[in-house]
Amino acid sequence: MPLIEVRGLKTYFYTEDGIVRAVDGVDYVIEHEKTLGVVGESGCGKSVTALSIMGLVQIPPGKIEDGEILFHRDGKVMDLTKLNPKGREMRAIRGNEIAMIFQEPMTSLNPVYTIGNQIMEAIILHQKLNKKNAKNKAIEMLRAVGIPLPEQRVDEYPHQLSGGMRQRAMIAMAMSCNPSLLIADEPTTALDVTIQAQVLELMNALRAEFNASIQFITHDLGVIAGMADDVVVMYLGRIVEASNVREIFHNGKHPYTQGLMNSIPSLAAEKERLEPIKGVVPDPFEVPAGCGFEPRCPHAMEICKTKMPDLKEVAPGHTTACWLYE
Amino acid sequence: MPADNILLDVKGLQKYFPVRKGVFRRTVAHVKAVDGLDMFIREGETLGLVGESGCGKTTTGRSILRLIEPTAGDILFRSKKMAEGGETYKEVNVVTAHRKMMKALRREMQIIFQDPYSSLNPRMTVGSIVGEPLLVHGLAKGAEREDRVKALLAAVGLKPDHMKRYPHEFSGGQRQRIGVARALALDPQLIVCDEPVSALDVSIQAQVINLLEDLQGEFGLTYLFIAHDLSVVKHIADRVAVMYLGKIAELCTTEELFTAPKHPYTEALMSAVPVPDPDWNVERILLEGDVPSPVAPPPGCYFHPRCRYAKDICKTEAPVYRDLGDLHFVTCHFAESLNLQPVRSG
Repeated sequence: MPLIEVRGLKTYFYTEDGIVRAVDGVDYVIEHEKTLGVVGESGCGKSVTALSIMGLVQIPPGKIEDGEILFHRDGKVMDLTKLNPKGREMRAIRGNEIAMIFQEPMTSLNPVYTIGNQIMEAIILHQKLNKKNAKNKAIEMLRAVGIPLPEQRVDEYPHQLSGGMRQRAMIAMAMSCNPSLLIADEPTTALDVTIQAQVLELMNALRAEFNASIQFITHDLGVIAGMADDVVVMYLGRIVEASNVREIFHNGKHPYTQGLMNSIPSLAAEKERLEPIKGVVPDPFEVPAGCGFEPRCPHAMEICKTKMPDLKEVAPGHTTACWLYE
Repeated sequence: MPADNILLDVKGLQKYFPVRKGVFRRTVAHVKAVDGLDMFIREGETLGLVGESGCGKTTTGRSILRLIEPTAGDILFRSKKMAEGGETYKEVNVVTAHRKMMKALRREMQIIFQDPYSSLNPRMTVGSIVGEPLLVHGLAKGAEREDRVKALLAAVGLKPDHMKRYPHEFSGGQRQRIGVARALALDPQLIVCDEPVSALDVSIQAQVINLLEDLQGEFGLTYLFIAHDLSVVKHIADRVAVMYLGKIAELCTTEELFTAPKHPYTEALMSAVPVPDPDWNVERILLEGDVPSPVAPPPGCYFHPRCRYAKDICKTEAPVYRDLGDLHFVTCHFAESLNLQPVRSG
């Protein structure tokens, strides 16, 4: 059952230097109680996609140019792009039914308020609890994310917590209103591996406990392999491949997906030599006319230079946008 | 058993940073960033140095180059360039070397930094960045210097006409290549690579890793490769040192580390690394809590509060860093008796 359906989403930024097509026609579905992994390198549009769902794209310079974001709840469907980002309806959804956690917990927490105050803010706003009950709820959430001595920690400031603890506090805040979707944008990138393992384990446990879905954005293929049920691979504002996690890793079709897999060292495999993807991601103002990956693609053909391929099913539930499979 | 072909021998290295407080800036405590470290690097090999943030790996790298002054210990560098008469090498102690000797040593030891955005001067052209070491050491001038810079740029995969451009005109991967060219300018023996690929996108990481491997073959370089990413270290290093709270927990060949780890921290660290294979199932050993503060490390073994094998002795007595034989070094009371989980190789 789908929870979120993104259809033909285009989010552009109108800057002084030109138009950046950060998200340029993206379709995907997040299923109920599943984790969707979104992979791609810097500038591929993975974060802007998430901000579009949250209604957090700054307008101007940004604008949702086209497309729908359908949010299914209680048997009804609602298009989030049609809502005023600052309006009552969107504010009732944001932080309540759809919550988000960011990469750098230190910069997304307010340094002058206690952890408890920041968690309580959302609880008081959305759940209409009084201060005392909200604080108890905040303590309960801190306990749920495995922060020791939550009664004490609730009155501490962000700088008094370690990086891993701060990210746990962020997760506590995001989960406090029992959202149906948690968007996690590189939530463990700034953490050490042993702390990352703790946080990932926690997210999996909470997803099951709260019956939530997760959109997990990362550049780390290792993390995706361990977390996601389904995966979309993004490149230059478009989805180049989408399928379940096993298909993507064992049977990746798009040359970019294959390139990513071949370029990373892994503890699981002996590689004499890494095979890098040649060149670099193009400048966002000089996007190739045809397939965005064509200048770096080892299989590029004539048609790739002029025409953009569409996503096409290559196996049941497995789509890729590449002329090789036309 | 001493090992042969040693280029750099680090003995008992310590670096304490003072913690000052109050109006009189009195020293109230010390951050024991590096707390007694012994290791050697052989000529032509890559020694990986891994650990989590705050374990002292960067401090170790910088102390070796004496970019920061070590508190105690010896760093013996065997220089071929400075050898006199019938010697095959001249052994110099980096820690006690005076100014002139230090300048000579700089020609032998160089560093590549993590962040290619902040380690290049934005006001200098690439030509002057890469050529500056030659100027400082008076090795080449004018047209000769220009030719040398062009050759260096070619060696790292950049074009000669990039000389006249400024760092902001380059992508992250290209900037890191500029940093590599600068490090190579003086034809050094040893390069300390301090997280050289951590700031790069995955597809670019591989380009820089391959470049470093190629240059090592071409110029006979020795690397101290500092990284937090075990997968990268496994790929590039011949031997690996795992650091925890300023000490080496384990040091051995890469092969042995991944097939027969002897320190519980190594085991936990390896099991926590995300592997890009959805069918990979290895028992995740979740370490509890965070790394303790290096200002007040726990008594006994520094790792005991998080160690699942800890016994009473670990709480009171610090284990000695010792050789288990075959130059497999470990700091654990029970290294011989523990049966630790290796990384399965697929």
